[in-house]
Amino acid sequence: MSEAKIGAYICKGCGLGDRLDTSQLVTIAEREGKAAIAREHDFLCSEAGVQMIRDDIANEGVNRVVIAACSRRAKTDAFDFDGVCINRTNLREGVIWVRPDTDEDRETTQEMAADYVRMGCAEIKHMNPPTPNEKTDASSRILVVGGGISGMTAALEAARAGYPVTLVEKSGQLGGVAAELVKRVPERAPYADPEDTGVAALAAEIEANELIEVCLNSTLARTSGAPGCFSADIATESGTTRTENFGAIIQASGFKPYDASQLPELGYGKTPDVVDQMGLEALVRAAGDGPVKRPSDGKEVERVLFVQCAGQRSQKEGHLPYCSGHCCLTSIKQAMYFKDRNRDIDTEILYTDLRTPGAPGEDFYRSGQQKGITFVKGVVEDVASSGNGAKVKYKDIILDETIERDVDLVVLATGMVPNSGVDIEAVSAPNVEGAEDDAGDNGGDSVEIPVESILNLTYRQGKDIPQLKYGFTDSHFICFPYESRRTGIYATGPVRRPMDMMSAIEDATGAALKAIQAVENAKLGRAAHPRSGDLSFPSFRKEGCTQCKRCTVECPFGAIDEDEQRYPQFNESRCRRCGTCMGACPVRVISFENYSVDTVGQQIKNVDIPDEFDEKPRILVLACENDAYPALDMAAQSGQQYSQWARVIPVRCLGSVNTIWVTDALNSGYDGVVLMGCQKGENYQCHFVKGSEMAHYRMSKIDDTLSQLNLEKERVATYEVAITDIERAPGLINEMAETIDKIGMSPFKF
Amino acid sequence: MSDYNQQMIEQFRGNFLKEVESNVEEGEWVKMCMQCGVCSGSCPFGPHWAHPPQEIFMMIREGEREQVLTSDSMWMCTSCYNCIVRCPRGLPITHIMHGLATYAKRLGLAPKEQPTAKFAQLFWDNLTKTGRVNELKLGLALYFMNGFSEGIKTSLKMKDIGLGMWKTKRLNPMEMVGGHSCKDTKGLQAILAKAQEIEDAKIGRSGA
Amino acid sequence: MAKKSYSFYPGCSSQKAASASNYLTSVQSMCDVLDVELNEIPDWNCCSASIGYAGGGELPRLALSARNMALSEQAHPGQDIVATCAACWLATKETQERLHADEELMKETNEALAAAGLQVKADQKVRHMVEVLIEDFGYEELGKPVKKPLEGIKIAGYVGCQTNRPFGIAGESFENPKYLDKLVETLGAEPCENYEKKVQCCGGALAFSEPEKSQELIKGIIESAYDNGAELIVTPCPVCQMNVEVYQDQINAKYGTKFKMPVVYYSTLMSVAYGKSLKEAGLDGQVIRAKQLEEIAKK
Repeated sequence: MSEAKIGAYICKGCGLGDRLDTSQLVTIAEREGKAAIAREHDFLCSEAGVQMIRDDIANEGVNRVVIAACSRRAKTDAFDFDGVCINRTNLREGVIWVRPDTDEDRETTQEMAADYVRMGCAEIKHMNPPTPNEKTDASSRILVVGGGISGMTAALEAARAGYPVTLVEKSGQLGGVAAELVKRVPERAPYADPEDTGVAALAAEIEANELIEVCLNSTLARTSGAPGCFSADIATESGTTRTENFGAIIQASGFKPYDASQLPELGYGKTPDVVDQMGLEALVRAAGDGPVKRPSDGKEVERVLFVQCAGQRSQKEGHLPYCSGHCCLTSIKQAMYFKDRNRDIDTEILYTDLRTPGAPGEDFYRSGQQKGITFVKGVVEDVASSGNGAKVKYKDIILDETIERDVDLVVLATGMVPNSGVDIEAVSAPNVEGAEDDAGDNGGDSVEIPVESILNLTYRQGKDIPQLKYGFTDSHFICFPYESRRTGIYATGPVRRPMDMMSAIEDATGAALKAIQAVENAKLGRAAHPRSGDLSFPSFRKEGCTQCKRCTVECPFGAIDEDEQRYPQFNESRCRRCGTCMGACPVRVISFENYSVDTVGQQIKNVDIPDEFDEKPRILVLACENDAYPALDMAAQSGQQYSQWARVIPVRCLGSVNTIWVTDALNSGYDGVVLMGCQKGENYQCHFVKGSEMAHYRMSKIDDTLSQLNLEKERVATYEVAITDIERAPGLINEMAETIDKIGMSPFKF
Repeated sequence: MSDYNQQMIEQFRGNFLKEVESNVEEGEWVKMCMQCGVCSGSCPFGPHWAHPPQEIFMMIREGEREQVLTSDSMWMCTSCYNCIVRCPRGLPITHIMHGLATYAKRLGLAPKEQPTAKFAQLFWDNLTKTGRVNELKLGLALYFMNGFSEGIKTSLKMKDIGLGMWKTKRLNPMEMVGGHSCKDTKGLQAILAKAQEIEDAKIGRSGA
Repeated sequence: MAKKSYSFYPGCSSQKAASASNYLTSVQSMCDVLDVELNEIPDWNCCSASIGYAGGGELPRLALSARNMALSEQAHPGQDIVATCAACWLATKETQERLHADEELMKETNEALAAAGLQVKADQKVRHMVEVLIEDFGYEELGKPVKKPLEGIKIAGYVGCQTNRPFGIAGESFENPKYLDKLVETLGAEPCENYEKKVQCCGGALAFSEPEKSQELIKGIIESAYDNGAELIVTPCPVCQMNVEVYQDQINAKYGTKFKMPVVYYSTLMSVAYGKSLKEAGLDGQVIRAKQLEEIAKK
């Protein structure tokens, strides 16, 4: 790497030239920022402006480019230069658009701009262009775990795109739960009648595909590695094991039907004539083309009652609190098994809220009504039986009266229980103080669950993918479905949320594409989502490391293992480049080439801090680049204003914020610090899942530091800010300015 | 209760939904109700219905024949068509209500003292006599439908309105004798008789 | 514009000395100005409105309207059937729709009509007079003959139910139809655009059988007109007109209100604006006199 040579370019377009003294900014870049070249331009993003920069890179050896113009979120195509570091000093959205255009404000607006130029030059001095770490030997083979509809679909979709697949199925046949169905809810218009499950066709297609290898009666005994270089031990029932390498993994381990024997109040167990939905499939399958007979005495079924939400959408102990999504449509389909055999069979569906999601939903519901299925809004009060059939008492909610029915068969629509494997957060008791508190959120009280692991990962953080809610695997449900907290491992189908076959097929297709993306990114040494394409990568100085394990515990993606000497061992392609490890490290030995304790720390240090009597406070704002920073940009676009004392620095994730930045800022005379991260907790919006949560946790301990410095604790505020908080975000900065007004300036100005 | 009622009870043996589907105007739509309740919330006479349409549909499905047919609910329909245009399932609710009322009347189950049931019958009788409505006779018949003394009271109460209408030439006392009429009254009545005959045959009703 | 001819179905309430006879008077005056020829369907009969169902079943009721259509087809082939009464229009249009949707019903209906030697194809368009005005003329054209703009009068457009639902006027919404407001504007008066009861039910035929319940609704309709600063209510429906106009004394007695709100037809407004006399505009048929209109008519 040749020596750093900074070129600073100040744009005068978009009103910047009118509002700011740009020649002063050029001088600052030269004198204070040590820019070898500093130039103004009337219209920097124009072809001429861009060419000017390009020429300097080519002819003058500029390799650090500071573009003092608009926000980093604007004009990304124009300001795209290969092989150099780029800083986007935000003078438009960050300065002139958030300040009033008046004579009295001119001075402080110019000071703001000057500080940002200083900060830009300081940051870039400590940045190095990342070097790609290509892995040409990375495997392209995709491992699919589970041979149900989701797994089969994922395997086929990956194979169709040209990727070899190994499909591991625990049982002796493909098809999963779908193989046990007589027919499925329709997937084609007019969505009027049940259709063939399609399982046989799918299985045949898989067998015929040369790129797909199927391992039946097999499980994963051990899985290690990282995207591009996973290694899995595939164990067969007969006891043999072989090891193979994979580029990515798709977990399609599916679901189990809820155990209906926990529902004696709905008659299950009192008589064989009360069955669950899978039980009915078996009955209808046994009946062939003939009439369906009730299990107790073989009498032909004339009256059948379906009970929706059996043991689900219920807060009762042992019940499932969630809706499984498919069961209303499934009951309609099952009632049609009867109606299509004989219209005179009485079929009644008892529901509280009929939910028929997806394409077939409403049409299939109507078709059921047309066929004469009776839909009753009601709740079961009692199911009694003297052996044959059942007497069902239910409350009709519309009529507010109790109704009794003698039926031959009761079908309980029970829910889906995910096969997620081990709940690692319940099993492992983290041995680092602080992290223990977080484990408490996820049902740490139910440690004793004898569950078999699906993946048997050798990861430091546990054997399976982390779960989020109700035992379903975690995935970023708002922005990035499929993405688990284990890079290169994608959960799909009912294991990640309850879903019907149609959704599972769509879901599995998405997961296959994500897996392919992971394989390709790994080959190029690039990050997977959400910093897709990022080539930077964390490194650490072993000499300084105290083996405290904070980084290995706090990494939201389990990217860091420990080596034999108990030093952190970074798995590059598992890393999402959020910097949470960097924020965690108490001795600050972790850094990225282009994002480090210094790149931010030096920006903080280079802000001009006027002395106390100038009455010009300084507020440091560390804003998450994913939500808070865009929110501030949009606030600027919509004409909102915020305090002239603010100096905003974007961070990759609030999780990457090292407390040293905050203490350094306070020590050097900043009057307030505002941290803005994404929503944390169960409904998190943090792009890195746990980053914001970790940051909030760390900041909750900052009070000690403040009291040591004898500073008011109001000087540091941490917020959850959404990208839509366009009015709130600037408001939070202004609040800090008011607070400082009230409590006075920091005494730490030198 | 009529023989027809007995006959229908036997024919449908408790399957009231089926009975409604075959004998009530637009009755085949009842099963398509999805119980959202928009009809009930849209009805201008909503507060006065013992069972709003949503409930009527549910009662039909639950087989509550007697309660439905003897109810005065359907007779509360003002024919404003709000429910029809708002029903997300496109049920012709107004027509179903009319149809249920007609059917209840035919079975002899409609409430005897229901004012709209009486008025609606008077209206029909009035118009079929000459082919055109005689507003005066219709009005008086309405006032006197609950007996003579009630009639005098109501007439006195309505006297000012009648007077206003007469003064503005919108009511003619001479209508009492003769009044407006179709010329081919016979033809009209023959049409109605034939229509009735066809309809009765379809719903298994003879010599009503 | 050339003369326009329609097959006209006046309906019972429009007959001489019936409750909406003044409606017919004003319609005739309006049509006179617009050069519209209304050819009355010979020997038309009552449509049974929406209240005949106690005595009449589905087929007899459809047969009533079918007879009118059959007579119209005979006498005025090729002309659109035009009704001025909301119920007449609705019943006829509904019959036409049902006959075309159901072959069997068409067959049975013709079987019934045959008893009087008639048959029906039901292929003439069935239209409300308001549709004719809006579609065949348009607001601009309707504005041209205005001689005495109704300046300074604030008018609430009460559309009611059956001219609005289930068919309504093309391009208008069920919840907030605006054609009366536009018409009021065309005639130089000021519409109450935020009149929130414009499609509220007045009780319809149940104003007779359930007077108290209906009058409660009517009270709301008038109250809201006052709240919106209206001096007049205009409506396209004879039942609406009568119900909202004639019970005001009874409502005042029961609720202690002081209503005295004139309720007129759109055709009354148009006749006055077109320079017709008080009598020609049917203003002498107002139980509650529309004094502002009278003054303009007298000018």
